[in-house]
Amino acid sequence: MNPTPLVALAGNPNAGKSALFNALTGARQKVGNYPGVTVERKSGRMSLADGRPVELLDLPGTYSLQPSSPDEAVTHDVLLGKQEGERLPSALLVVIDATNLDNHLRFALQLIALGLPTVVALNMVDMAERDGLTIDAAKLSAELGVPVIPTVAVRRRGIEELKTAIGMLSASGGAVRVDADHPALHEDIVELQRRARAIAVTATTEENFKRRWTHRADAVALHPILGPILLATILFVMFQAVFAWSAAPVDMIDGAFIDLQDAVTAAMPDGFLRSLIVEGLIAGVGAVIVFLPQILILFLFILLLEASGYMVRAAFIMDHLMARVGLSGRAFIPLLSSFACAIPGIMATRTIDDPKDRLTTILIAPLMTCSARLPVYAVIIGAFIPARDVGPGIGLQGLVLFGLYIAGIAGAMLAAYVLRRTVTKGPPPGFMMEMPRYQMPILRDIALGLWQRALIFLKRAGTIIAFTTVVLWLLVSFPKPPADYDLPSIDYSVAGRIANGLEPVFRPIGFNRDMALALIPAMAAREVAVSALATVYAVDAADETVQEKSLVERLRGRWSLPTALAFLAWFVFAPQCISTIAVVRRETNGWKWTGFMLAYLFTLAYVAAGATYWTAVALGL
Amino acid sequence: MTDDAAPTTLDKLPLRSGGAIVGIDWDRLSERDARRLRELGVDEGVPVEKLHKGPFGVDPIACRIGRMTVALRSAQAAAIAVGPLKSK
Repeated sequence: MNPTPLVALAGNPNAGKSALFNALTGARQKVGNYPGVTVERKSGRMSLADGRPVELLDLPGTYSLQPSSPDEAVTHDVLLGKQEGERLPSALLVVIDATNLDNHLRFALQLIALGLPTVVALNMVDMAERDGLTIDAAKLSAELGVPVIPTVAVRRRGIEELKTAIGMLSASGGAVRVDADHPALHEDIVELQRRARAIAVTATTEENFKRRWTHRADAVALHPILGPILLATILFVMFQAVFAWSAAPVDMIDGAFIDLQDAVTAAMPDGFLRSLIVEGLIAGVGAVIVFLPQILILFLFILLLEASGYMVRAAFIMDHLMARVGLSGRAFIPLLSSFACAIPGIMATRTIDDPKDRLTTILIAPLMTCSARLPVYAVIIGAFIPARDVGPGIGLQGLVLFGLYIAGIAGAMLAAYVLRRTVTKGPPPGFMMEMPRYQMPILRDIALGLWQRALIFLKRAGTIIAFTTVVLWLLVSFPKPPADYDLPSIDYSVAGRIANGLEPVFRPIGFNRDMALALIPAMAAREVAVSALATVYAVDAADETVQEKSLVERLRGRWSLPTALAFLAWFVFAPQCISTIAVVRRETNGWKWTGFMLAYLFTLAYVAAGATYWTAVALGL
Repeated sequence: MTDDAAPTTLDKLPLRSGGAIVGIDWDRLSERDARRLRELGVDEGVPVEKLHKGPFGVDPIACRIGRMTVALRSAQAAAIAVGPLKSK
C-alpha cells in the first residue's frame, strides 16, 4: 500500500500561508518539532475532492532557499529530502500574495524550478482588487508553466479548486528527489527578482496601486508620538484584561473544583486514597487549572497582535530602544511572545539572523513574564495586595502585576546591555523587516490557536503537574510523625526534612521553609509552586481546628508582606522551567550557554528577592 | 509621491517623498544585510518612498520599496541611492 502522499506548502512570510493551511486542513493538525532543531513542524490531513487523503506539510515562511537561518535550512532540507524525520514531498503547493507579486514570484520561481509537481495558490486576490490590481491568473499560469488557482484563504474561496488541482498533480506519481547542485538552488536573487518583476507586469492587467487602509493605520501606529502611546496603551489594556476579564471564569472553575472535592469527600471513606485524591490531586491540579482563563486571555492578545499585522509595527516602535541595549526591534517579537511562554518565544528567535543578537535574545527571553508565572503572581497578589482602585479603572492589584512585568522587562534590558558588552559582544545587528498589510484577524484561526494552547496547558496540568503534585503530596505526608510529636506533621515528613535542609540558604532572603519546599517541584514548571503550596498547606491544615478553604486565606495567615514580596521578586528572575532549559540547550547547541543562563538568572533572582525583602522590612511593611 | 530631482540616499530622503533606486553600494553592507535587502526586493529601478521615522530619533525608518513596506535602519538605507522616478 502506498503511504499518504505528502504535499509541502511553501511561500514567503505574510503570504497567508497559515490561513490557507487552516482552510485546507481544518482542525486536523499536528504540531511538533523536527529532531535537533526547534523549527516547528506543522502538518495536517486534507481530503481531496475524490476523498483521497493527502498529508499537507506547512513549511516555515522564508524568502529564499538559501539555507542561512534555521527556518530556511528546514525548507531547503525538506525539499531536498535531507531533513531528518521527514519523507520527500511528492508535490509542492506554493502560496503567493497577489498584492505583492514582484516579491513573492521570485521565491515561487525558485521553487517551481526545482521540478516537483507544483500548484500555485494566488492568494488574497480580494485584497489585490481592493488595492487596485487586477491579475490574470491564466496569463500567470502560462508564464510560470504550472497551474495557478486564485484563492482567498480567509474566506475559503478557491479552496475546492485548489484541492482539485492538487489531486491532479499527486495522481501523477511518487516523490521526486532534488539534487543539492540543482541550478534552482544557486540562482542569483537579483536575476530571479528581475524575471519575477517582468512576469508580474505581464500578468497584471490593471494597476492603480494604493493601500489606503494600511497607510491610514500606519499614520497613527508609526507616528513618533502617537505610536509609542498606542503601544503602551495596548500593552496596559492587555495586562489589565488578564485580571479583569478572568475574574468570573476563575471563580467558576475554582467553585467547580471545591464542589468536586466535596463530592469526592462525601463519596469515599476516609483514608489514604481519599486524602491523596482530595488534598493531593484535586487541590494541586485545580490550583493550576484555575489560571487557564488568564493564560488564554494573554494568548488571545498575542495572537491578535500577530494576526493583525501590528506586531511588526510594535517592533518598529521599539527598535531604537532595543538598539540602545544592543538588540534590534526584531528581538521584540520573540520577547513579546515570551510573555505568553518562553518556549515559543525562544523558538521565534530563529527569524533573527545575527547570531549574537539571537543568542542574547534567547538568554533574556526567560525574563519576560510568561503565563506560567501568572498563577504564582495571581495567588500572592490576591493574598497580599488589597483589591482597591488607585484611579479610575486602575486597580492596585493590576498595577502591581504591571510592575512585575516591568521589573522583568527592566531586568531583561539590563541583562542584554551587560551581555552585549561582555559575553555576546559583536557588531550592532541591523534591523530589516517587511511590514505586512493590516488584516482583520480571522476568528476561526485565532480560536484554533487558542484551542491548541489550551490543550497544551491542560495536558501539562494533567501530566507533569498532576504527577509532581502527587509525588509532593506523598513526600509531604510521609512518614507520619509519632503521636507525641508536637511540631506540625510536615516537619517530620521527607519533604519537610529536605526543605529544612534548604531553608538556611533561603533564610537570608526572607523565605520560609514552605517556600523552599515549593521551589523544588517548581523547577518542573513555575505554576507548580502554587499547587505545591496548596498541597503543603492542605496537609498542614489537617492539623488545625479552623479549616480555611482557599490557598489565598492560608497564605495570609502564614506569610509576612516582605516575605510575599520577596517571593514575587524571586519569580521575576528565577529560571524555573525544565522545558525552557531544554529548549535553550537545544537552541544554543549545548550546555555552555544554558549553564551560563541558569547561573546568571538564579543569581539575579537571589539578589532581587533579598533586596526586596530587606527593603520591605526596613520600610516597616 | 513627489519626485526629487537630485539623487540622494534613502536615509537622507525627506519623509513622504520618493523616487527610484538608482544604485546600491553593496560594499557598504555586510553580506547578511545585503542578502536581506535583495530578498526584500531592493534593486535598481524599483520605486521607493520614505513613509515613517522611528519615535526616538532617526532610526529606524519605514519605506515603501516596490509594493512592500520595509523597516530598516539609516546605516543600511545610506547604501541605497535614490534618483528621480522615470516615467514608464
